[in-house]
Amino acid sequence: MRDYESDDIVILVSRTLSPFIMLFALYVIFHGHYSPGGGFQGGTMLAAAVILIRLAAGMDIAQLQFPRALGMPLGAVGVLIYFGTGVAAMLGGGSFLDYAYLPLPGAAAALRSLGILFVEVGVGLAVVGILVSIYDDLLESGER
Amino acid sequence: MKVANFAALALFAGLLIYAASGLPNRGDPTAVLHRDTSPAGTPSAPSYYIRNAYKDAATPNMVTVILADYRGFDTMGEETVIFAAGLACLLILRRKRKNPQGEIEP
Amino acid sequence: MSGLEFFVGHYAYWFVVALLVLGLYGMIVKRNFVKKLIGMTIFQVAVIIFFISSAVKKGATIPIADKAVGTAESGLYVNPLQHTLMLTAIVVGVATAGVGYALLVTIFRRFRTLNEPELMERMRREREAAEKQGNDA
Repeated sequence: MRDYESDDIVILVSRTLSPFIMLFALYVIFHGHYSPGGGFQGGTMLAAAVILIRLAAGMDIAQLQFPRALGMPLGAVGVLIYFGTGVAAMLGGGSFLDYAYLPLPGAAAALRSLGILFVEVGVGLAVVGILVSIYDDLLESGER
Repeated sequence: MKVANFAALALFAGLLIYAASGLPNRGDPTAVLHRDTSPAGTPSAPSYYIRNAYKDAATPNMVTVILADYRGFDTMGEETVIFAAGLACLLILRRKRKNPQGEIEP
Repeated sequence: MSGLEFFVGHYAYWFVVALLVLGLYGMIVKRNFVKKLIGMTIFQVAVIIFFISSAVKKGATIPIADKAVGTAESGLYVNPLQHTLMLTAIVVGVATAGVGYALLVTIFRRFRTLNEPELMERMRREREAAEKQGNDA
């Protein structure tokens, strides 16, 4: 990326497009119960929106949107949400990842639906964090 | 060397075509894969998922239910694999190196 | 079953065979490591397409429970299991491809080449130099 030159039109278009891709990605994650979608797909789209800005504007400007150091911690938080949901079900009296025993009010089927939502959010966070982190590592190593 | 490579490719293609000719037609509803009971007589998993996904988890999307509920352990493993892959990338590439002046670069 | 009917009925599998052979060609014939990795990705995508095409049932809808269709008859929904398995496999494939490229970057840093015969030659030369040094000492 040594002879990199940013272009105003490319930055403008990608800057306009990126929030809409993110919004659609959030829709894909949270509407995954009722339509095709879920954590993996939505997480990949969120990562695509972040990487679009990195491609168009370069690493320095993109730091303002998603700092380089944020990728791995976000992935760890996603994995922790997944494990935490499983352990919460254990604390509620069931076996690991048995969402019907989550310590929350509601019928068993509704609790399972809620547990699936938690898990999907965890998967989405992990995927966006790790994919952006891998992209950053590969790009950073090319700069030297 | 080149000849051996292409011979291996031709052998591989022939093997795959032979294997594919034993498969049922694409979209055949009576294929073994789509039966309600497996050849051993036990109820098959996909039919069970289709019938009971909404009853068990109040979620219409069967793929989501299988992904996060019936096969939750599997998905947990996959997520751990993704995390391990990101960690491997970080450990391989993002290391502190001394430049010729002896200063540690971030 | 006539020959043409057999050929048309299996058409998705012929595409998969072509993609698998293309991926293997990239892996064993090409000499550049990046091209080998691209071949591996094509191989992986072919496996994913094979799984997805094996999930299709004629006259079935997408695996989302619909009140108008009902869930009593399993033949009315596409097989959801393959979709689930391949969903995770795609993202894991992307992540592992990232690890592969990271390894290639370290190889390039160390030996300044990604060509297989050239890399073997340089590794051999380096080993001989090290042995010579060991004999001198």
